[in-house]
Amino acid sequence: MTPSPGPSRPSMASEDPSRPSMASGALGLLPGALGLLPGVSHLTSHGSWQPVIGLEIHAQLSCSSKLFSGASTTYGAEPNTHASVIDVALPGTLPVPNRAALDKAIRFGLAVGAQIAPHSVFARKNYFYPDLPKGYQISQYERPVVSAGRLSVRVDDGRTIEVEIQRAHLEEDAGKSVHDAFHAATGIDLNRSGTPLLEIVSAPVLHSPAEAVAYLRTVHTLVRWLGICDGNMQEGSFRCDANVSVRRSGETKLGTRAEIKNVNSFRFVEKAIEYEIERQIRALENGESIVQETRLYDAAHHRTRPMRSKEDADDYRYFPDPDLPPLVVAAADIAAIRATMPELPAERRARYQAELGLPEGDAEQLCVDRATADFFEALLAALKGAAPGSGAAGASPHGQAKIAANWVLGELAAAQNEAALPIEAARVTPAQLAQLLLRVGDGTISGKIAKDVFAAMWRGEGDADTIIAARGLRQISDSSALEAAIDAILAEFPKPLADYRAGNDKLLQFFVGQAMKRTKGQANPQQLNALLREKLAP
Amino acid sequence: MSHSIAQLAQALRARRTSSADLARQALDAARRSTLNATITLDDAAAIAAADRADRALAAGSASPLCGIPLLHKDIFCTHGTRTTCGSRMLENFVPPYDATVVERLAGAGAVAIGKANMDEFAMGSSNENSFFGPVRNPWDATRVPGGSSGGSAAAVAAGIVPFATGTDTGGSIRQPAAFCGITGLKPTYGRVSRWGMVAFASSLDCGGVLARSAADCAEVLRAVAGHDPRDATSMDVAADDYVAALSTSLKGIRIGVAREYFGAGVAPGVAAVVREALATFERHGAVLVDISLAHAELAIPAYYVIAPAEASSNLARYDGVRYGHRCADPASLEDLYTRSRAEGFGAEVRRRILVGTYALSAGYFDAYYLRAQRVRRLIANDFSGAFAAGVDLIAGPTAPTVAFKLGEKSDDPLAMYAADVNTVAVNLAGLPAISVPAGFSEGLPVGLQLIAPAFAETALLAAAHQFQQATDWHRRVPGAGA
Repeated sequence: MTPSPGPSRPSMASEDPSRPSMASGALGLLPGALGLLPGVSHLTSHGSWQPVIGLEIHAQLSCSSKLFSGASTTYGAEPNTHASVIDVALPGTLPVPNRAALDKAIRFGLAVGAQIAPHSVFARKNYFYPDLPKGYQISQYERPVVSAGRLSVRVDDGRTIEVEIQRAHLEEDAGKSVHDAFHAATGIDLNRSGTPLLEIVSAPVLHSPAEAVAYLRTVHTLVRWLGICDGNMQEGSFRCDANVSVRRSGETKLGTRAEIKNVNSFRFVEKAIEYEIERQIRALENGESIVQETRLYDAAHHRTRPMRSKEDADDYRYFPDPDLPPLVVAAADIAAIRATMPELPAERRARYQAELGLPEGDAEQLCVDRATADFFEALLAALKGAAPGSGAAGASPHGQAKIAANWVLGELAAAQNEAALPIEAARVTPAQLAQLLLRVGDGTISGKIAKDVFAAMWRGEGDADTIIAARGLRQISDSSALEAAIDAILAEFPKPLADYRAGNDKLLQFFVGQAMKRTKGQANPQQLNALLREKLAP
Repeated sequence: MSHSIAQLAQALRARRTSSADLARQALDAARRSTLNATITLDDAAAIAAADRADRALAAGSASPLCGIPLLHKDIFCTHGTRTTCGSRMLENFVPPYDATVVERLAGAGAVAIGKANMDEFAMGSSNENSFFGPVRNPWDATRVPGGSSGGSAAAVAAGIVPFATGTDTGGSIRQPAAFCGITGLKPTYGRVSRWGMVAFASSLDCGGVLARSAADCAEVLRAVAGHDPRDATSMDVAADDYVAALSTSLKGIRIGVAREYFGAGVAPGVAAVVREALATFERHGAVLVDISLAHAELAIPAYYVIAPAEASSNLARYDGVRYGHRCADPASLEDLYTRSRAEGFGAEVRRRILVGTYALSAGYFDAYYLRAQRVRRLIANDFSGAFAAGVDLIAGPTAPTVAFKLGEKSDDPLAMYAADVNTVAVNLAGLPAISVPAGFSEGLPVGLQLIAPAFAETALLAAAHQFQQATDWHRRVPGAGA
């Protein structure tokens, strides 16, 4: 798999632009209070209308071969070099299901507490299109492998909503039509044809663009966490269609919906839904009616436009695929997969808060992807291992966890972001970072110096001890040396000294700064402070 | 070449002939024949395979099929040899792979000389639906050989090859075997891999064999049967030794005679021949049991919904985009699709695609497709009920009439479909069945159909073989008098 182009957490955060401000504060409601009142979030920005949104997420399963053939799923190869006779739909070829894809679907199902069908059925979705070689797509229709799951989703305004996942089913991807490579002709690339997808369908229970995006991000985190999808939106491994309708507040019947197709970033999903809600409200308030149709999001103009309406929508003539017997999942298969399930993001978040005493925000950010959380765990383990049971970094276990979290989310994330490297490729290992934090804890260096040492470690100049020794960064805790430095400063700055003694307390910082300068930043800050106060006293 | 596989195998080992000679004789006979039984003859591939077989024989090959020539129905993909499926759509299609059946027969040393004519995409009961022209019945050139494996049946009956492969979706092996006076075996669904067999109706399509005797069918089945990981519907059931079991006596075998198979549509001459054949079974110790298959009359309507429904989807891939016939100068994508398909498919194929598309359409799906599937289950239950009640085999006429005249039914699809009345139920239930020559009516061959429980090919072949030990109908050849 091609690594994603940047550290996923920061890059995704950066995709989150300023949204129309949420008005919960303005309404005088405490953040979180809305969570107790499901269905009232429309109060936030859509007047007396309630948007109703359901998402269909297509997650490309991280399988090395296709759903029904042995061809490779590697992205970006020469056109039609990863298309077997099955993917090209030559006569007489037959599909054979990829068991690894089924296992990944089950893994997702278990993670959302869903039912796993003991028999699920592949069906054919029939339509003609040049990049659909068989003239039908093999999907699951009436009996999907995963049904009736739930996912807790934290919305940016602090609420947690429970999103019902109606189903998740296996299906194969189509090929690609290439419109710009040939003069007056369309090329067909079947490399993607037959790639395994998991289509995850939420119930229409989301009521704002923010809720929809929060849900989408939660699923995105989960599928990567489970190792079943690389989540790469640029390459199309994770994409989403949104079904959007609006209804008058209090109305229980769903309004006529429009489906917005294939929106390929979190930002665009939010913008497209926002636009679509406004469009529908405007239309209804003008006395028009909504047409059930498929719409495309035009990112350049921030609007949606009709693609096809229901009148000319295809009749897909679904029927069970006679080439494929029902997929049988035995209880033992489920148990075997359950036994290898990782701790889920929500569980780990809760543990970080409960056992490590981390603030909710830190726990949330650490668990945004598994690699970050695993880095953090390895860092904690290395700290404990270095000085078992001692609160090695000179802090209580909780304090130590907080320090570790600060470093992972602070210096490390910043360095990754700048170098555009995912955490898996971080240039400082958890063990190396632990050594650095231990040197802060035992007083060898200050926290401030530690940042410089970290930067040097990131540049590959060696481990923390080597850099501290080579650069002579060891902190000055020798009180006679510090006293000598202070005496010299006091002699040099008689005027500030007099002012301080006359009552200008603010000048303390001036003397701290001067002392640090004189000791090249190596003075032990606590000790320096104590000695200064003592000497400055009239 | 009216010898059995066993006789030829013996002659090869006695050096009275060579595989290369047999292949040349077969190729010559095919070229001389006026029956139009073949679409493609591949001399180079045949001679090369025959030479390999001769070397293997010289080295002491034990395979009974080594060096034996055959024709493949042109529905089986053959690597490097064009595979037309009887259609203009695939007139120039050369597969880059072999069907499993082709691969296994080649592995057993059998020598394919070419491809047999057939109804387009196996849709037909007379072989008049081939883009390459109709096949004639060797017993009477004004009559059809049956279909859709008409080329295979005619070629075997005419002595061009000792056996040929076929496929049977609703009777396409058994009915032409009956019309041409040879033996045709349709195995249990899942017994023979469908990989490389161009699909008509996936849940019904079944590869099999047409040969001169049940014993020869057993030899060929032994070579082609067995699980294939490339076909998800291929069953992982241990292959019995069909050949060794042939000597099992008929004594005490209970044969269910389904009264519905002797209904009003059955020609009296055909019924009489079949009754006499059943009496032969009885004389050799079998017990005849009168049974009823209550839903037999629903088989045709159910079949003619399910098979076209699956076909409408299976044939969607022939769109003129990647391979196969493409119309000249398409003006648009729509034009490319409609003209390529209208030009590439014949009338019967187009008709079934339309029927099948309709049956699967929103609003009609429940009334047609789902209902037909429910009927299918009832029909399967009729059979399993009869077997559970203690019959070992079920018997009746393979077809209600003898071979009809060319053109006699070609303008009347419903009359043509009705000719499948006794064969389609077997496909709906996925059971193995065989048609054996049982005598003559109006000077034309009549076939007896025996049906067995799923995966009971051993019992089926043994009973057919014992009947052929007691009779010589299967030894009659056209031109030698009936």
